[in-house]
Amino acid sequence: MLGKLSWQAIPFNEPIPLFSGAAVALILLGVLVWVVLRGYVPYLWREWITSVDHKRIGIMYMLLAAVMLLRGFIDAIMLRGQQAVAFHSMGYLPPSHFDQIFSAHGTIMIFFMAMPFVIGLMNLIVPLQLGVRDVAFPTLNSVSFWLNAAGALLVNVSLVIGEFSRTGWLPYPPLAELRYSPGVGVDYYCWAIQISGIGTVMTGINFVTTILKMRAPGMSYTRMPMFCWTALASNLLIIAAFPILTATLAMLLLDRYLDFHFFTDTAGGNSMMFMNLIWAWGHPEVYILVLPAFGIYSEVVSTFSGKPLFGYRSMVIATMAICIISFMVWLHHFFTMGAGPEVNAVFGIASMIIAVPTGVKIFNWMFTMYGGRVRFTSPLLWSIGFMVSFVIGGLTGVLVAIPSADFQLHNSLFLVAHFHNTIIPGVVFAAFAGYTYWFPKAFGFTLDERLGKWAFWLWLIGFWVAWAPGYVVGLEGMTRRLQHYDDPQWRPWLLLAALGVTILLAGIAVQIWQLIHSIRTREQRRDLTGDPWNGRNLEWATSSPPPVFNFAVLPNVTDQEPYWDVKQQALKALQLVTPEPQYQPIEMPRNSPTGFVTAFFATVTGFALIWHIWWLVILGLIGAYVTFVIFAWRDHPEFVIPAEEVARLDRANREARADYLRELAR
Amino acid sequence: MSTEVLRAPPDPYHLGHRPASANAPPQVTGHGAGGPAPKRIVVGYGFWIFLLSDVVIFASLFATYAVLFKNTAGGPTSEQLYDLRNTALETACLLASTFTCALASIAVGERSQKWTQIALACTGLLGAAFLSLEAREFASFVARGAGPSRSAFLSAFFTLVGCHGVHVSAGMLWLGTMMAQFYAKGFRRDIRHRFLCFTLFWHALDIIWVAIFSLVYLVGTEPRQFLP
Repeated sequence: MLGKLSWQAIPFNEPIPLFSGAAVALILLGVLVWVVLRGYVPYLWREWITSVDHKRIGIMYMLLAAVMLLRGFIDAIMLRGQQAVAFHSMGYLPPSHFDQIFSAHGTIMIFFMAMPFVIGLMNLIVPLQLGVRDVAFPTLNSVSFWLNAAGALLVNVSLVIGEFSRTGWLPYPPLAELRYSPGVGVDYYCWAIQISGIGTVMTGINFVTTILKMRAPGMSYTRMPMFCWTALASNLLIIAAFPILTATLAMLLLDRYLDFHFFTDTAGGNSMMFMNLIWAWGHPEVYILVLPAFGIYSEVVSTFSGKPLFGYRSMVIATMAICIISFMVWLHHFFTMGAGPEVNAVFGIASMIIAVPTGVKIFNWMFTMYGGRVRFTSPLLWSIGFMVSFVIGGLTGVLVAIPSADFQLHNSLFLVAHFHNTIIPGVVFAAFAGYTYWFPKAFGFTLDERLGKWAFWLWLIGFWVAWAPGYVVGLEGMTRRLQHYDDPQWRPWLLLAALGVTILLAGIAVQIWQLIHSIRTREQRRDLTGDPWNGRNLEWATSSPPPVFNFAVLPNVTDQEPYWDVKQQALKALQLVTPEPQYQPIEMPRNSPTGFVTAFFATVTGFALIWHIWWLVILGLIGAYVTFVIFAWRDHPEFVIPAEEVARLDRANREARADYLRELAR
Repeated sequence: MSTEVLRAPPDPYHLGHRPASANAPPQVTGHGAGGPAPKRIVVGYGFWIFLLSDVVIFASLFATYAVLFKNTAGGPTSEQLYDLRNTALETACLLASTFTCALASIAVGERSQKWTQIALACTGLLGAAFLSLEAREFASFVARGAGPSRSAFLSAFFTLVGCHGVHVSAGMLWLGTMMAQFYAKGFRRDIRHRFLCFTLFWHALDIIWVAIFSLVYLVGTEPRQFLP
């Protein structure tokens, strides 16, 4: 009846997962009870859970990312803590648990922290920057989000019911095959990633269509803001790369469930197929994350330097070059696995070439700042911290791109330090810069700057104290994923790294306090103009937070920096109030529970597949199909906002803006 | 803040494509410059991109099949298993179903409920015939001890061809839903958009079948002729 599921699945004899799981469950339950008692359920259901508004969905993505950041960071503390104490001893984490933690840390941080954060920012900002009312497929967008959340839920359920994968953040066979990993851990991993991966592909389809087919009149390709360009590149990569991940994990699942022989070491299976396929997705994935991050930095640097982005066209070319070359470097993840010197040389050179467009970008940002009136706000600090740190991380990447050097550094802590050095300053700092920069757009008030700067310095220093030692012990021969060790040379460095993670913890604490403090003092920090930073692109041309339809009248774009241009012309002509446009009624998509219900059935199906509860699998699939039919059957997919309502909302916005322009003109 | 700072900096090299003067009309350059595309274009375009992502899944499976083709682990080889007559029948069914699907498009264009339903029913029947032929082939392989667990080659074969079969099955489910929608709701615009996507899907499955027919069955029957 319940497949493999029994009471044995609950780890009663392992206090750490049991207590942490119980704590999480209690917190969740507490939040739920609070929400129900305060009567927020109808509001949440109407305004958020069923919302198909890209801004709301973006905010929910970022909330998911923030929660998962905390979960992944707790894993990081446990890993660093274990290595700090496990010198000549077994530490406090048994190997089986330690292995689950490093696997969960990587999986969560990439799939459920970095991806939702980046996709969330794209959701919030791309339609606004394009000057349109929503993405191409609003309900599909909601489905994408909820499938992502379903995947995250499954990973976290594994904490209390069963176990998580012990095979690292990528389930390398033959270790991940049934013979060597008979438990449910790898299945949890695969089904969680499959479900959220479908959501990600749908996001890619949605955003490519939005960016290529839905832009405000006059916005040609060379007038698109840089963040939209990088979002386009990133979503093109999603469409080309994520299906490979889906196919690869499907093959691994067939191996595990139906005794196929793709990657087994028997009956002609070839585990190197897995390495090639997974990294043909895995390397583009790096750029799926970092290209939008580059876009965020471009927006931030240009705004806070008071200058247009230097070398816009070279930036576009660099972005698209990275987009293409990122598919030609995957083999550098396994130089040591015997492809031969010629093949290794080709991929080594390609890996070095991809550093060139990235270098172009760094110079463009520096020249944007050069000669500008630079305002050292916290988003700009994150950007400068990124530039300095990322250059070092990038250069260590060029080092490991040399096959002969890689034979020494492969699988060492040097490599781990390298990719943390690119992904934390590259993606996480960008996420924080974007979060601070666009927070007023999403919520209508700014975040506290003083605490924001504290958070930045704690993160920057904490990051370097935590990860600079990785380079040292890596060169001294320490391999990754060591549960315990007995080399006294490594000890001081690992203690230093543990100190670094403590500083990072302080940084996160300051960020949480920043959010609470800013919400409490929101009345003093209201953004009434919709343009708190004197911005340059269209997202600042509407109020904060924007009305549901974003723009009462679609803006007419005549320039690469449309809103900056509007402000300049208004000031030049001293004609601060343009004549009121003819307001038309606006059609907007109706909210729909399709996304939430689909994700519910996806979670049920995934869970049933993990535990071999076959009747529930069938029920779940039927449920998902019925949901789609009901969605397809509805008669009124859209509702109309009458012209008077549009006019009322827009007049308030125009008034605030006129006041603002008058103030600028003074 | 003074106005001086806010003036747009000069753009002598036209890096930002500013118009020559503030009053000059916007230069309409590039795609989509005239504002958002109409709904039909957006829906069709989005579905094309979905098809591309689906093709990438098949590309991964084709690559895997190519790599594992010779890994028969002492079990039956492609020459011993493949039967081109069955494949020819399958191909005929699928190509004919594409033809009837195209007829359905014409009928929808003519707003003819009767002919739409007839053409779609024929498409579904031909699809079912294709699926039953494929199921018969799979069953005969398994009966001869050549199931997917026998060797890496057979795992790859069953997955690649089976993935196409799963797509056809999903297409059949979609087709039934489409017929019901036309019947219950008529030729509403959003339903016609969905039908456009369905036809794209059905034709794309045909294209993939052509690749399977050539690269799997033709090459597999005479591997010595095609492979080094």
